[in-house]
Amino acid sequence: MSTENTSAQSAAEKKGSIARFIEGTELDTRMLGMVAALFVIWIGFDIASGIIRPGAGLLGGTFLTPRNLWTLLVQTSPIAVMTTGMVLVIVMRHIDLSVGSMLSLVAVAGAVLQVFILAPAIGVGHPIIWIAAIIACLALGALVGAFNGFLTAYGKIPAFIVTLGGLIAYSGVAFLLARGVTVAPLDKSFKLIGGNIPASWLGPFWSWVLAIVACLLIVFAVVNGRAQRKRFHFPLRPVWAEASLIAIGSVAVIGTTWVINSYPWPFGLIRDYALENNLTIPAGVENRAGDAICMAGDKIVRCTEGLIFYAGYAVPVLIVLAVGIVMSFIASRTRFGRYVYSIGGNPEAAELAGINTKLMTVKVFALMGLLVGVSAIILSARLDAATNALGQLSELYVIAAAVIGGTSLAGGVGTIYGALLGALMMQSIQSGMGLLNLEAAFQNIVVGVVLVIAVFLDQLYRRRIK
Amino acid sequence: MANIETVNEVNAADAQAANVPLVDIKDVSIAFGGIKAVDHASVDLFPGEVVALLGHNGAGKSTLIKILSGAYPRDSGQIFVRGEEAEISNPRDAKAYGIETIYQTLALADNVDAAANLFLGRELMTRWGTLDDTAMEAEARKVMGRLNPNFKRFKEPVSSLSGGQRQSVAIARAILFNARILIMDEPTAALGPQETAQVGELIKQLKKDGIGIFLISHDIEDVFDLCDRLAVMKNGQMVGSAKVGDVTKDEVLGMIILGKCPPGATPGPGALDE
Repeated sequence: MSTENTSAQSAAEKKGSIARFIEGTELDTRMLGMVAALFVIWIGFDIASGIIRPGAGLLGGTFLTPRNLWTLLVQTSPIAVMTTGMVLVIVMRHIDLSVGSMLSLVAVAGAVLQVFILAPAIGVGHPIIWIAAIIACLALGALVGAFNGFLTAYGKIPAFIVTLGGLIAYSGVAFLLARGVTVAPLDKSFKLIGGNIPASWLGPFWSWVLAIVACLLIVFAVVNGRAQRKRFHFPLRPVWAEASLIAIGSVAVIGTTWVINSYPWPFGLIRDYALENNLTIPAGVENRAGDAICMAGDKIVRCTEGLIFYAGYAVPVLIVLAVGIVMSFIASRTRFGRYVYSIGGNPEAAELAGINTKLMTVKVFALMGLLVGVSAIILSARLDAATNALGQLSELYVIAAAVIGGTSLAGGVGTIYGALLGALMMQSIQSGMGLLNLEAAFQNIVVGVVLVIAVFLDQLYRRRIK
Repeated sequence: MANIETVNEVNAADAQAANVPLVDIKDVSIAFGGIKAVDHASVDLFPGEVVALLGHNGAGKSTLIKILSGAYPRDSGQIFVRGEEAEISNPRDAKAYGIETIYQTLALADNVDAAANLFLGRELMTRWGTLDDTAMEAEARKVMGRLNPNFKRFKEPVSSLSGGQRQSVAIARAILFNARILIMDEPTAALGPQETAQVGELIKQLKKDGIGIFLISHDIEDVFDLCDRLAVMKNGQMVGSAKVGDVTKDEVLGMIILGKCPPGATPGPGALDE
């Protein structure tokens, strides 16, 4: 009896302390829920994949390995970049169905510019090529986006229709531009943005430098925020809560960096790099499970102890980090962001307050287009080619990621970090099912069901909060 | 003796200030197509005074008020603000004269917090061109502390606030930028009895600060509780105006429905000829 009582008591105390923790740190409970769900999905896939094929994962599977998590981040990048823009579009009570087709259009245009126009004109590999291609992709994306926004705002055509038309029309333009063929190969420097060659990986040293800088920024942000609130005599968070925020942020940064830095280059890449640079490869014993290379006689083989390189952060992931930070800044710290949310909350009130809502619509769609340009660059660079099939249907994943991340289709509500988590969750589910060797058709079913369930849970959550 | 003299001086200064109306709308007309929505209407408003505008739907009171707030340009007539003729052709002009409007719908962005609403369209910025949320929250705390001292929910979106709290946010937005003249369109139409009482308290406090208020209302009880004077319109014309103490509720109803001006009121051009 007495033990039962004490355990019940400690449970109550525990619950109280969690509630107190959340209240003190003012953390978004919805975000905590999403992170928890993400961990559950990861653990589930690791266990499930371990049953099919035991691996080096944390729980004996193949999901929670540095290799898979590293790849997961890189694969999430194009969707993640576009999702940050989609959040603002949806917050403003619009929708952009054309991002997938716009992506193929921009990617094909960028590739055509590199392969058929600039390379013959100024020579393959000229540094102007990749710079011009990037600028052209970003400009074209922004322009097409602004066109969508212009028709929506000034033509008073619902965004759903404008971008549905765009979905159909832009892919047609992409097909005509490419004449249905794959445009390749792309410029060597341009390819670095794709993040699948060692030269586009930061390496452990610089990745750690980045992590330390990020930790310092977290400390600075917390301390500075506290100083600001103190200056105006606002209620302050308890010191332990501020310390916990710094601790959580730093642990997340260091943990991620540690995983990223534990991903070794693939065997073939280490071998090629060693041979190209005349590195001495140590002698060792062959072990097929190893990630390093060594000499067994005169053959280069896999082994556990030998020459090894680790990848660190890849360029697409760095782009996502940069885009995430910039977009969060825009959403929460600028007048532009404030207007986007206010218009989403009450367009009429925003108009009465003197905000030019039409111009804002054009700007938000242009920003969306610019981010589609970024994703088009990443995807085509990663593929080292562009086709009119590139990015097809990605609008659905982008919208789904934003919605799973807590963006309300009714407008006014949504966060950038939530959408990034949503994108990561979508990609985790797809990648995990890939590891389980499930058919694509079955994957589609699961992704669709997850989207609907996520929105259902979100509704329940919001009703409870109210 | 000295004390009495001081008191007299103060009274004299008050009287002088009170002699110049905050707003004097003179002979204003506007027509939409062939319909004279407002036909040679005149009304004035003094500091610290609440003037009710009454009338049926379509009587022209909202149109008259929209002329003052800059939403409609008038066809003829003059508007004087503190004795000087004012040029008001859009809402920004009106705001420059310290004329702020609280719309019946409140016109709040429900998904952002009180401070963001108070400064919507007029945000405070840091020297790096970013939003200065801390400064805005500080200002919000100051003005809300004056209007509604119990208000503590500065971090929540205004959709989660009660009707009375939302109303005080809308009022705070209007007075934040030194409004001297407030236009309140049906401020209590959507509120419960307790919240209506709260708005009443707010109006009394604003009066004390010397702000003049035009109140559009359908609720005669409210008008008799809160207002100093009332003006009744019918078919775009002014039926008459009266001090609240000089007329009965029934007489006011007679003015609204029949256009019959009672002995206690000053008749206007729209008064029914006996």
